Amino acid sequence: MPAMIEVFALVGVFTVPLLWAALAFLLGPGRGAWLAISGSIVQLFLALILARNVLADGPASHATGGWGAPLGIDLYADGLTAAMLLLTQVVALPIFVYARSYFATGSPAARHFWPLAGFLVAGMNALYLANDIFNLYVTLEIVGLAAVALIAAGGAATQVAAALRYLFAALLGSGAYLLGVALIYGTYGSVSIATLTPLIDATAPRAVSIAALLMFAGLMLKSALFPFHFWLPAAHGDAPAPVSALLSALVVKAAIYLCLRLWLGPFAPLVQVGAWVPGLLGAGAILWGSAMAIRTPRLKLLVAYSTVAQLGYLFLAFPLLTPGAAVLGAVTLQAIAHGLAKAAMFAAAGIIIHSTGRDTVAEVAGVAERLPLTLFAFALAGVSLMGLPPSGGFLAKWLLLDAALNSGHWAIVAVIIAGGLLAAVYVFRVVRLAFLNLPKELVEDQKHAGRPVPRTLEWMAFGLAAASVLLGLFSFQLLQLIAVGNLP
Amino acid sequence: MSSEMIFAVTGVLLFAIGAAGTILLAEPLRRVLAFNIMGSGACVVLVSLAQRNGIADPVPQAMVLTGIVVAVAATGVALALARRLNRLTGDGGSGAGAGHD
Amino acid sequence: MSATLRRLGVMLGAAAFAWLLADSLFALPAPVIDLRPLVSENLAQSGITHPVTAVLLNFRGFDTLLEIAVMLVALLGVLATLAADRSPAVDLDSADAMLPMFSRIAAPLMLLCALYLLWAGAFRPGGAFQAGALLAAALALLHLAHLIPAWSSPLPLLRSGLVAGFLVFLAIATTLLTEGALLQYPPAYAGLLILAIESALTISLALILAGLFLFISNDGRARK
Repeated sequence: MPAMIEVFALVGVFTVPLLWAALAFLLGPGRGAWLAISGSIVQLFLALILARNVLADGPASHATGGWGAPLGIDLYADGLTAAMLLLTQVVALPIFVYARSYFATGSPAARHFWPLAGFLVAGMNALYLANDIFNLYVTLEIVGLAAVALIAAGGAATQVAAALRYLFAALLGSGAYLLGVALIYGTYGSVSIATLTPLIDATAPRAVSIAALLMFAGLMLKSALFPFHFWLPAAHGDAPAPVSALLSALVVKAAIYLCLRLWLGPFAPLVQVGAWVPGLLGAGAILWGSAMAIRTPRLKLLVAYSTVAQLGYLFLAFPLLTPGAAVLGAVTLQAIAHGLAKAAMFAAAGIIIHSTGRDTVAEVAGVAERLPLTLFAFALAGVSLMGLPPSGGFLAKWLLLDAALNSGHWAIVAVIIAGGLLAAVYVFRVVRLAFLNLPKELVEDQKHAGRPVPRTLEWMAFGLAAASVLLGLFSFQLLQLIAVGNLP
Repeated sequence: MSSEMIFAVTGVLLFAIGAAGTILLAEPLRRVLAFNIMGSGACVVLVSLAQRNGIADPVPQAMVLTGIVVAVAATGVALALARRLNRLTGDGGSGAGAGHD
Repeated sequence: MSATLRRLGVMLGAAAFAWLLADSLFALPAPVIDLRPLVSENLAQSGITHPVTAVLLNFRGFDTLLEIAVMLVALLGVLATLAADRSPAVDLDSADAMLPMFSRIAAPLMLLCALYLLWAGAFRPGGAFQAGALLAAALALLHLAHLIPAWSSPLPLLRSGLVAGFLVFLAIATTLLTEGALLQYPPAYAGLLILAIESALTISLALILAGLFLFISNDGRARK
């Protein structure tokens, strides 16, 4: 019988945000920042307790209602879940502190930010713990609708248009996923992952393969895998900086996590034949996303395209993934490193735009004198994205390269190396401007538009960037954690 | 072919029509309708496929109740967004409409 | 030209997909797991006599909790999109005579029906969602008959109503952790607790669903 504290940790990690989100709504427009921050601190502790328990005692589970699958809904936490929960809380907390200072009082975008952010985090935490494909559908909807609402908040035309496009893409994905669930239930009579995994084997009826295809297609649409990425650049590029950070760092990871779960879990016997597809699409994402990031004149759009490219790494590794393979650790590490680095990058970009009032790469030049910490944060985040030691990004890409070399996937090796070089190009686009002077025409503009930036914002950006670089030093424990329940 | 299988096939057809509509249609209101058709199709498949041996199954029915509520929620958000976009970008593209804020 | 090609491609793809899937449906063997006997065996302990309501609020109650969260998120989405609109409620222009008269008769009847549905959910089709939807429809009808104005930013009382159902559900769910698991009802009190949850949910769902309609109905119209 697990101790009460362990049950509280597992359940609390999503009930705490549900509670403060509802209370934040009750308090009224614009209120709830302190609720959010204190709640997130509690959640971080709970996630740490859960991770420690999983590392010590193995995977934890919880049967809601006391019934147990297949009748009831089970929650399940193995190393992968614990790691993703840690990522979510570690990124959310600094971003909430950042957001509190970022939003000017009374700004329309901030009126409903706190309850929406609370439901977003609650939905993601519940998603990582879910072990039931229909329960996952509901959590996907919470996350999707909250993300759409956050993008549209404030009501400017570009944001609303981006939000609408994202919404339709997300709904198309959810609809396909739901049909997949319907087919699975029709075939096997259960929606519990633990119950289904032993039942599905290579002789499964064709409807099951179609269901797998539908579910993966829906999830790939939600994770903006090339060529389904069309909605992401505008959605992440036009939203306010804290929202972009949450979206790029966390929300897309949720859909990719689900792909991993289903790929290595119930659908494992069926997917090997199509493993090259996500690999190819991932390669396309890296090349195309990096190319767009190199060319775009807008700063936040550059960071958004970088997201498209970096997510490609996660899918590039799918041909290497088999149940029990150590590559899962590398993929998760890449996801975590990218989450930290991308949150830092959007935070830094937000500060720069807040200071200059405009969203262009060229204007970074004048800003560097006034905001050295911000540029440093941006550069550190870039170090992780490029894959330089000792960052988490370096270790993740190293492990992926190792796995690809061992299995002879030369194409994957080439793409990983190319991706690192391309990332260097677009990161240096921004960083080199820190050492240049602003063109004369823009100097006067900046002097007028330049606004003081609260120190909190810079420290949050720096903290996240430092975390992504120092991650490499903690990777051993992290990889040990991820292995629990996944590697023999 | 039992009656439940007819429902299941109809559900698949509705899903396909709805999905094609969501992808192809341009106007937000029509896309919302298409998405609702798609969701309804998936729900019909869920219930009818589980009952194909004739006896009613309460679990998928409860799941579909949840699915319907989720679809309503999503429709509400989509309509609010479409309405707002319409207000901001003017009516009928004339540019002289209520496009100010 | 490429637009037509794209249109044709998607439609053909959808048709081919439908054909393939429909064909696969006929090749399905009987399901391995049957939940129906599991539901019937445990129905007595669940506190509810109707199997669908029992699944919705007891066996798979966690889904329902998250589903209310989805509704709240959707409402927040509507409010956030229309956030910049601080205009007062829409001025009511005259409607024809039939609709308000009919609505005045229909609305109380709908309220009665909703209360019945809420209570009946324990032993026949019905429950919080059906009752809430009917109440929301009554409010929408009253608005279409111009008897109640559209809603702008919710005041504290309305906010409490919107969130109350979810908070009650969440509070009961987490308190029941002392029984061993989230939402694990003690069999003796299960029926009572579920009725309490459903009553709170009915009010909140009615307000949320009506809100989805009434908040959108307000957008920008009072601006002159």
